[in-house]
Amino acid sequence: MLWACIVLPHLALDTLLRRQPPDAEAPPLVLIDGPLQARHVLDADEVARAAGIAPGQPLATAHALLARFDAVAHDVALTIRQHDLLAAWAYRYSAEVLRLSGDAIALEVQRSQRLFGDWPGFERKLRDDLAAMGFRHRLALAPTPLAARALADAADGAALTEPGQLRAQLAKLPLVHAKLPDDLHEAFARMGVHRLGALLALPRAGLRRRFGAALLEHLDDLLGERPIPRPRYVPPDRFDTRIAFNFDVENLAALAFPLRRLTGDLATFLAGRDGGVQRFVLGLGHRGRAPTRVVIGLLQPEREAGALFESARSRLERIVLARPVEWLRLRADELPPFVPGGRDLFDLRPEHALPLAQLQERLRARLGDDAVYRLEATPDPRPEHAQRIATDDSRAATPTTLPRPTWLLPQPVPLRTHGLRVLAGPERIESGWWDGGDLRRDYYVLETAEGQRAWAFCPAGERPGPQAGWMLHGWFA
Amino acid sequence: MGEPRFLSPLLESRRVWHGRAQPAPADGIPSGWPTLDQALPQGGWPAHALSEILLPADGVGELQLVLPALGRLATRERPVLVVAPPYLPGVAGWSARGVDMRHVLVVGAVGSEILWAMEQGLRSAACGAVLGWPGEADDRALRRLQVAADTGRTPAFLFRDRRHAAQASPAALRIELETRPQPQWRVRKCRGGQPPAQAFALSRAGA
Repeated sequence: MLWACIVLPHLALDTLLRRQPPDAEAPPLVLIDGPLQARHVLDADEVARAAGIAPGQPLATAHALLARFDAVAHDVALTIRQHDLLAAWAYRYSAEVLRLSGDAIALEVQRSQRLFGDWPGFERKLRDDLAAMGFRHRLALAPTPLAARALADAADGAALTEPGQLRAQLAKLPLVHAKLPDDLHEAFARMGVHRLGALLALPRAGLRRRFGAALLEHLDDLLGERPIPRPRYVPPDRFDTRIAFNFDVENLAALAFPLRRLTGDLATFLAGRDGGVQRFVLGLGHRGRAPTRVVIGLLQPEREAGALFESARSRLERIVLARPVEWLRLRADELPPFVPGGRDLFDLRPEHALPLAQLQERLRARLGDDAVYRLEATPDPRPEHAQRIATDDSRAATPTTLPRPTWLLPQPVPLRTHGLRVLAGPERIESGWWDGGDLRRDYYVLETAEGQRAWAFCPAGERPGPQAGWMLHGWFA
Repeated sequence: MGEPRFLSPLLESRRVWHGRAQPAPADGIPSGWPTLDQALPQGGWPAHALSEILLPADGVGELQLVLPALGRLATRERPVLVVAPPYLPGVAGWSARGVDMRHVLVVGAVGSEILWAMEQGLRSAACGAVLGWPGEADDRALRRLQVAADTGRTPAFLFRDRRHAAQASPAALRIELETRPQPQWRVRKCRGGQPPAQAFALSRAGA
């Protein structure tokens, strides 16, 4: 087995930075942690680092170094959620994904190489994805997850494929990269043990007595001398992510970038699960008020990032933002299987061409869910009930021999015009006694002075005169 | 006047406009009305362009003009989009003229959304044809529709009031219904040929 390990040294900071488009005007961002009395810097963006702010400094020192910056408290739950999402992303590349402590992900790649190609190309795919998602990372390949982790820390891009060389290569590494439990590398440094090779040369019985079994298990994991007992990652059955803003968002245009991130994350998550989404909910949080909910329903499961973003954005554009938005949340509970549509090999469709389903989505998103429909015939003889909006796959109507208009009025209206001429009729329609919608009418085909052909009726049995009360019900257009 | 043999180098140098040298390719969509097909240079409705149908009122036979062609254009893969019709399409009436209503999508829209929906439908190349009743539409809007029909390679039918006949239009075909002395169709403009001088009537069978 070969494991790739992705170390995300700035996971918490990148999680915050990727929510907003890069903005030169924005103040530098510093991530802080620790109790209120002893705040210290956890991470800082490039501008802040250039000013001399470094992780581990007390917050007071940072304030002395830089006059103006945004200090954001570290949200552990948020970072864990982001870690989970990256595991979901990695799951599309491998069935065996491990979340390692300290913001790293390991995935088994030897079997995936058959699908994704040899390691250099595979590595580029992983790096491109991570860069597109906005995460700085280090990446290495080794026969065990922990060895890959140690290599990634020591040398970004290292690839060790021969299990036989594992011990020799690891022996050269500084002990700090081995990520020993309980920060034991500090204790070993005081003992004069600086390299992993020196540690591995020490007698095991002595190590067990002094440092416990956990250290030996860690070393065995590192060298692959015992099976990997960690629970494999299984992607969850629903997607729920939110982005909280440092400031109040007043207009919808400013939500476009975070929304693109959320729908992009959703698409990544769906690709990993090999699923689609048919319905998801956007939540817009307001201070002290119930959040605004926007439900996005699609005609069929979808998972393409662009299509998800477009339907979400066009629905969002239709709402009126009454008050500022504090956070944005995307939640998808039902994730049906996704079947991609087929295309002909020699399909000569022009550019900008859109599949029919996507066209319908786009129209529905802007005009409303009920705006696009099909009509179907029903067996009812009454004109008002002879057709309805088709729900699913409707049946083909059987053509009637009796004249029926091509335009139908939703409600009959009085026909007030002169010079009417009767072309055909009467046809008596008398039905509906069973449901209270009883009607008795004689239908005629009339021609108006302007050349229109009307489908009109009068009560059954009343011979219409020139001024008789015709009711217009349709046009033979 | 020079000698006739001087004429041929002039013609070959292609600096003299010849009028119409070749007949327009017959790539039109058969309308189902022989008299109409004969009157149109492509032998039918323009296949990838806008056709404008100018009417004195609704219900004068505008659908009967296009329904035979729609019956062929509406398929499961590429349904016909009917945008903002003035009335409900009558299922029995349309079916009787050979249109499978399972392949007709009705889109309800108002105002500028009508033109937007038509343009989306045309540009997507996912529809067999797009029909629309836009009400008011200026020259720029019509040009956008014409370009969309061309890029999406989809026929578009625009139904408008006859009073817009005076307005210039980028449509490939403009056809108007005259009511006097008797109902007859007149081709106002057709790309690829001179509009025929004679107006013609369709036999109103089946109404």
